[in-house]
Amino acid sequence: MRKQLAAGPYLLWMTGFIVIPLLLVLYYGLTNEAGAFTLENVLNITEPQRLAALGRSLKLSLICTGICLLLSYPLAMILKGMSKAGRSGLMIFIFILPMWMNALLRTMAWQVILNRNGLLNTLLSTLGLPTVNIINTNTAIVFGMVYNYLPFMVLPLYNVMVKINDDVIDAASDLGATWLQTFIHVLLPLSVPGIISGITMVFVPALTTFVISDILGGGMILLIGNVINQEFTFTANWNLGSGLSLILMIFILFSMFLIAKYDKEGNGTAI
Amino acid sequence: MKKIISLSLALIMALTLVTGCGNSSDSKNGSKPGSKGQVKVYNWGEYIDEEVIKMFEEETGIEVVYDMFETNEEMYPVIEAGGVSYDAICPSDYMIEKMIKNDLLQEINFDNIPNMKYLSKTIMDGSKDFDPENKYSVPYTFGTLGIVYNKTMVKEPVTSWNILWDKNYAKNILMYNSVRDAFVAPLRLLGADINTTDDAVLRKATDMLIEEKSLVQSYVMDQIKDLMISGSAAMAMCYSGEVLAMQEENPDLAYAVPEEGSNFFIDSWVIPANAENKENAEAWINFLNKPEIALKNFEYITYSTPNTGAQDLMDKELLENPAVFPDEKILDKCSIFHTLGTEGDSKMNDLWIEIKGASVE
Repeated sequence: MRKQLAAGPYLLWMTGFIVIPLLLVLYYGLTNEAGAFTLENVLNITEPQRLAALGRSLKLSLICTGICLLLSYPLAMILKGMSKAGRSGLMIFIFILPMWMNALLRTMAWQVILNRNGLLNTLLSTLGLPTVNIINTNTAIVFGMVYNYLPFMVLPLYNVMVKINDDVIDAASDLGATWLQTFIHVLLPLSVPGIISGITMVFVPALTTFVISDILGGGMILLIGNVINQEFTFTANWNLGSGLSLILMIFILFSMFLIAKYDKEGNGTAI
Repeated sequence: MKKIISLSLALIMALTLVTGCGNSSDSKNGSKPGSKGQVKVYNWGEYIDEEVIKMFEEETGIEVVYDMFETNEEMYPVIEAGGVSYDAICPSDYMIEKMIKNDLLQEINFDNIPNMKYLSKTIMDGSKDFDPENKYSVPYTFGTLGIVYNKTMVKEPVTSWNILWDKNYAKNILMYNSVRDAFVAPLRLLGADINTTDDAVLRKATDMLIEEKSLVQSYVMDQIKDLMISGSAAMAMCYSGEVLAMQEENPDLAYAVPEEGSNFFIDSWVIPANAENKENAEAWINFLNKPEIALKNFEYITYSTPNTGAQDLMDKELLENPAVFPDEKILDKCSIFHTLGTEGDSKMNDLWIEIKGASVE
């Protein structure tokens, strides 16, 4: 009984700030301005321009997720090694530190660095090296995404890694497995829950971002997040905006399904 | 140690209480505003030199109750609901149009505003776009949409929107990341109304903007200031009100309103239908149009003033700055934005998505 009472505030929070807003999105997405049921808002995604924006978002967020995974996996392994010596705390702290700063500020800082006359190019030209023009391109957007979302990949991976018993790895090498064999047959399968939740936690925000493409893409590259943002801010068409958001929710639901399937113990998401 | 801290805290509190009282009694006993009643003013934030309010109170004996709003959209429901009655409000053009349509304003008695003689005829004519007979509004400030450019990078004179399509400035052009503003350039080049919803015209304008995209460095809003001041771009679409501040930081910047014409906005004083102190509101508007007062306000808010009396008192340098006073002939070709309605807005939005989604190569 007491347990139920203690859960009360959380239930209230979840209902008020998660369930009801989601139901509102569902309601707006499936009705027209007069309030009658329609699938028009959702089907609007099939218009070539909007489909193309969704395609661009998928492409960039997949690239971002891939890079994050490639960077984070070795790091998580290193952190696992350090945790034995009790030194991983500081490293983790350093990786989380940027998250104390507002994401918008971090992204704007990258704009200052990557600008045509920005810090990076000033540095390159003082060194006599050719300058690079990556601001307002896909590259800059992926860069911003990776920088912003990397901690979301590192943490679940690290959480899973530290829980893998060293004896299992020792046993594998005792039985004659090479380092590569141990990695493929022991470490990798055991870390799947972390990989899956890491992928979800990076992929979903990367897919829906509109701030990064506006700031680092200079408005030159239209992502699905920008299309939805425009529906709310310029045309004030909440129905269409919500309908398009429902499409994105399909991707989010799919990744939640993946988490539920592979991360039964809840290792990965528990940071 | 703790004692010292709590003691000093108590001292600070006591001091603030005393000074707090001092201030409020000062303003109540200082002059004798209120002897001629009140005027309730509702204006944009940071849109007046506060000293002007005091000067008005001292000269007329009318007490000013001054409130501020951030956007037209925030102000409108307050007036519509009618819970508070203001005597003088300063909304923008399209909002005044909407308020007239919905019977929220009353005609101004211009006999009480002799200083109307100082108002620029061009701006009064421009006002007819939203107040067809000049019956409801007295212009307070105005501004234009034009091109701000860096004289070290653009050697030729900027006279036409065409320059935004000039390949010499590839990747050195900034556009506003907003549909209505961006469309002004191609629509005026086509000689069309900036409020058009004609499909064929909008199609042509869209194709022009897609063609332009390969030359555009980025579509931005507020960053235009930083990018132009730092010399990261050669030219940008810009509203004139921003320019004086930018020129202070970077004297190489210049501003021009293209000769094809553009968008301009006018913020005007109006008197709501439920005003309780109409004559005081007219006295307020009249006072603001005294040349020296209009000048004082202009120096504070840096948006152009339509008051010719104030213009006569200005430095020649300012008068020649097109960011402050654009050529009257060009001004004649400028018009305000009207709301396009839901259908028009969604049409523009689809075209904008097409432009923003076009690949650059």
